[in-house]
Amino acid sequence: MIKVILMLIFFICSGTGGEIAVTYGMKRIGEPESFRPRALLRFLWRAVRSGWVWFALPLLAASFYSLLILLSWAPISLVIPASAANYIVGVLGAKYILKEEVTARRWLGVGMVFLGVILVLATG
Amino acid sequence: MSHEHRLRFKTMFMVLLMVVCASAGDLLLKRGMSQMGAVHITVPGLWQAFLSTLQNPTIWLGILFLIGYTLSYMTAVSWADYSYVMPAGAFGYALQTVLAVLILREVVVAKRWAGVALIVLGVLLVGQTKPSTTGAAQAMP
Repeated sequence: MIKVILMLIFFICSGTGGEIAVTYGMKRIGEPESFRPRALLRFLWRAVRSGWVWFALPLLAASFYSLLILLSWAPISLVIPASAANYIVGVLGAKYILKEEVTARRWLGVGMVFLGVILVLATG
Repeated sequence: MSHEHRLRFKTMFMVLLMVVCASAGDLLLKRGMSQMGAVHITVPGLWQAFLSTLQNPTIWLGILFLIGYTLSYMTAVSWADYSYVMPAGAFGYALQTVLAVLILREVVVAKRWAGVALIVLGVLLVGQTKPSTTGAAQAMP
């Protein structure tokens, strides 16, 4: 079980790290000027040249691969609910890295997800 | 059909598509990985698993469904509010557990159901938020 928990932590940290890097990178790049093909190509080119996107891609790939490994080890009724722990890391990342505001209600949600994940893992 | 009815129907359809794609994708990944057996955390073990996943049609079909999920999600939030679309994601955790029991014949004990229920409620609470609290609508310097 400890193997599953460690892989779950890796899955969530790499996935959330990748998503935060994409969000940060895309906010620096800005929105496409329009949805015409030429503007979209320019937007894509800016994304390709952004270091943040290249930092994010291997993290997202590692996250997907670790999901596959998890599914080879544990039942899906454990892996998928436990993967909701990414909301905990996501809110922490949003608060401390992206400097977003987090309301009391969201913290309550984070606490419930945490308890739920602990319960699910305890059945493994 | 009025504009509002059309919008509601369009959104419901997209949300349904999201849920179907996400559930089918994850179930197919699980089935594919079960066909391959447990992955060993060694360099040859990981490499062998990587090559096997590339050759496994069930895994590719799962990936295709997950791409479908991403596309339908992006399409839905392009007109609908995130807070309208998000509950589907939360209930997805419950639905996938139900499907795991019905389709993959997994055994889910009461404690796990309780955990899943807490997760669904928690995710619903986390999702209740304003779409932008940082005001970063324009490009950062």
